[in-house]
Amino acid sequence: MSHGQNFSRRDFIKISSIFLAGSAAVTTATGHAFSGADDQVGDEGSRVVYSFCEHCFWRCGIAAHVRDGKVYKITGSEHHPLSQGKLCPRGTGGTGLLYDPDRLAHPLIRETKGGRQFYRKASWEEAISLVAEKLWNIKEEHGPGALAMLHHGYGVSFFKNMFSQIGVNKYAKPSYDLCCGPARQASVLTYGYPSDTPEGFDMKNSKYMIFFGTHFGENMHNTAVQEISDGIRNGAKIVVFDPRFSTLAGKAEHWLPIKPGTDIAMMQGLMHVLISENLYDKAFVEAHTVGFDELRDSVMEMTPEKVAEITEIPADAIRTIAREYAFHAPAAFVHSGRRTNWYGDALQRIRAIHILNALVGNFWMPGGVVAFKKFPLVQPPAAHEHPAYEKEAYSKYPFFPQDEPSNTITSHEIIEDTIAGNIKGLLIYGVNLPETMTLGRDKAIEAMKKAEFVVAVDVLPAEVTGYADVVLPECTYLERYDDLDNGRAFRTPFVALRQPAVAPMYDSKPGNEIAKMITEKWGIHGAFPPSVEKGLDRKLKLVGSSLAEIRKKGVLVMPETDLYRKPGESLNLKTPSGKVELASAQLKAAGFDAVPKYVPQPEAPAGFYRMLTGRKPMLTFGRTANNRFLGDLATAKENEVWVNNRIAEKHSLQNGEYVHLKNQNGVVSEFPVKVKVTQRIRTDAVYMVHGFGHTSAKLTWAYKRGASHNQLISRTDIDPAMGGVGFQNNFVTFIKEA
Amino acid sequence: MSNKKNYGMVIDTRVCVGCSACVYACKQENHVPEGYCRDWVVQETGGEYPKLTMENRSERCQHCDNAPCVTYCPTRASHYAEDGTVQVNRSLCTGCKACMAACPYDARFVHPEGFVDKCSLCQHRIEQGMETACVSICPTGSLNLVDFNNMDQKAKQLLSGKVVYRQKEHAGTEPSLHWISASNKPGA
Repeated sequence: MSHGQNFSRRDFIKISSIFLAGSAAVTTATGHAFSGADDQVGDEGSRVVYSFCEHCFWRCGIAAHVRDGKVYKITGSEHHPLSQGKLCPRGTGGTGLLYDPDRLAHPLIRETKGGRQFYRKASWEEAISLVAEKLWNIKEEHGPGALAMLHHGYGVSFFKNMFSQIGVNKYAKPSYDLCCGPARQASVLTYGYPSDTPEGFDMKNSKYMIFFGTHFGENMHNTAVQEISDGIRNGAKIVVFDPRFSTLAGKAEHWLPIKPGTDIAMMQGLMHVLISENLYDKAFVEAHTVGFDELRDSVMEMTPEKVAEITEIPADAIRTIAREYAFHAPAAFVHSGRRTNWYGDALQRIRAIHILNALVGNFWMPGGVVAFKKFPLVQPPAAHEHPAYEKEAYSKYPFFPQDEPSNTITSHEIIEDTIAGNIKGLLIYGVNLPETMTLGRDKAIEAMKKAEFVVAVDVLPAEVTGYADVVLPECTYLERYDDLDNGRAFRTPFVALRQPAVAPMYDSKPGNEIAKMITEKWGIHGAFPPSVEKGLDRKLKLVGSSLAEIRKKGVLVMPETDLYRKPGESLNLKTPSGKVELASAQLKAAGFDAVPKYVPQPEAPAGFYRMLTGRKPMLTFGRTANNRFLGDLATAKENEVWVNNRIAEKHSLQNGEYVHLKNQNGVVSEFPVKVKVTQRIRTDAVYMVHGFGHTSAKLTWAYKRGASHNQLISRTDIDPAMGGVGFQNNFVTFIKEA
Repeated sequence: MSNKKNYGMVIDTRVCVGCSACVYACKQENHVPEGYCRDWVVQETGGEYPKLTMENRSERCQHCDNAPCVTYCPTRASHYAEDGTVQVNRSLCTGCKACMAACPYDARFVHPEGFVDKCSLCQHRIEQGMETACVSICPTGSLNLVDFNNMDQKAKQLLSGKVVYRQKEHAGTEPSLHWISASNKPGA
């Protein structure tokens, strides 16, 4: 299949529609496996199956309502602590994925004939044999380090088990790099434990909540939005620092349109006021923190006046916020956000947030910072011995997590390593790599073209599937079991079940079967339980439950835990000092700043505007891009570029007109995007929602809708400490339609 | 206490984030065809930069006590139900659109099958003692189903001491949707 040129060994293939669901015979089995006696009866005589959602990482509990073998509605599970009967739009939209006519319907194998590359339909036996053989041969020839997996989604555990059987331990989820990695590691460095989902803030009991650019409401994290709403009803005040008047800013007592990229300066300014006006919690700082003197010295010169010049927020406002914050403490906090990686300095920015929290003594206090607990699931002994890993950790970044089961390396290291020829085989599970932001689209495509063998496991013919040698169609989360979910920490610790509401449609299979088939093709038997049900039942028996029991409500819930510290109690944190580390000796020893320091970001070239991004509440990027049910609302159909009214005037842009965007490197968006002229954004930035502008014509709904934010990322800033990728130093201007 | 019900809603715009979960839940619950919806979300921004204000509202039929749609319906398809809601009898509706012209809230549309459709306040659910689909799903708790003839403590407390309004009261429609304004100060 080689063209003789290493670089272009793999062309993008448009998958023929005869292999997609639209033309395949639908099998909506209503067999015995899907009408168990344990099912609950719904409101219209329907069957209700409790499971958890896969439309975003939050993993809320859902109730799938099934009638005549079809899921006709999805509501929030009343039993699941993260849903409490409520659900966001994306959760309801599971039907739009399940019945998407564009779904992958058969395994596909890349062929070359007469210099032309195309996919042909294959049997599972043939496709699995080929995948098993190719992966095995790469492992034999180059060692297990030449194989890697990029993944996103809860079904990945089976593929990790599969890879561990041949000593492969190179996994990355791009969301660590792009999204929550810095928050996780900043928490480890400051508090000695990682941040979690939901993030550890006692929102419903808080009186004063400060957010830096965090778009609650637009990012629709169900539980967090429920708790913020409770807080608002209880009289809490909200403060939002954001260059854009977000929905959350619309609820704020104070909206501070901060100059993008200057957040650390603002945080230092707030620390300066807390310290210089003696507003901080001296007793807490003395008893439970280290590094106060170094911190105080570092913010000495960051007066409100100086910070006002940097951030373009008046000095009075900075003083007011700091004073109000201290007044409401400890029932007050600064939230660490979710997608934290903006400029490659997010580890320090989130550290600054944790320091602001520690200074007011809100640690493990009502309305402040808390540490939710997880359900203590007992892991059964490994069913099968696997070879020792070649190396346990691969990432070159000193503060990459050593204890995170999902990641052993950053995703951009996998991309670079594949381009360099060290990684030969890629398994891509549920990641639409060209539209996932690690190092931008071109590098992702370069890596996939360079690899000797690429296998994609996916539900939809997303762009990534066009670069694979073999495409394996996984069924959706509504058609399968996955591993138990005890990865979410909350007030009432819980473990949740994912179970099928209907049988897999078309010729798709659950990930647990796919991974098992590949492993057995390698001649390794016993690595997986005889059936996924038996494996789940075994795990549940170890905590005194069973699959039959958990199937009824989809979740086992423990009583509410005590989240608050007691007076005089020692914290015994797992930091080197055992205390909250205002200054980090670990960072200093590795050559980084022990306390956060503001470093200016590059300014936009003349006539260009910083490109900021976010989300619409009914969409989660790739997972929902092709969802017709969710796309049906006018507000969901396309993304818009938000342009300040004064800037629009300067460029003669009308509200609603379509423009192409061009970035600082001359990259022009493939598709035009609609202009939204608004006062809701500063004059030095524009904003567009990520996840639009799809180029795969086989995503018949998503194709050509809006413009791709990812395509316009040419510059990335990598955090030298923890390896995250920032991409907000990209700037765009407008090209008017002829 | 009254035996006669008078259902309506109290909608707390202080917490609504405009996520549209109510719209999607309604579409599934009531089999609303593609391209149509019975409820919708409005996001209204006011003021001058940087002193901007915002209100998010989940809107729908206001189930008026003096409903122009009922007055102007020539076939009595649009009618008051026992529970205080306004309903459309599909078999009597000719799709003449007189009700649509009369409705000050633009709450109605012609269903592809020819009759006029709108929010039923999930009458089929209320009858069974359940809340409406939109109320059930709303993550913020912005939507509250209230029997105004028998207001419970929660509803009374929700309305007390706050700026509450009804839309287009000058039209004399006596709408049953009550809105807690986003302009309320924290702790109001």
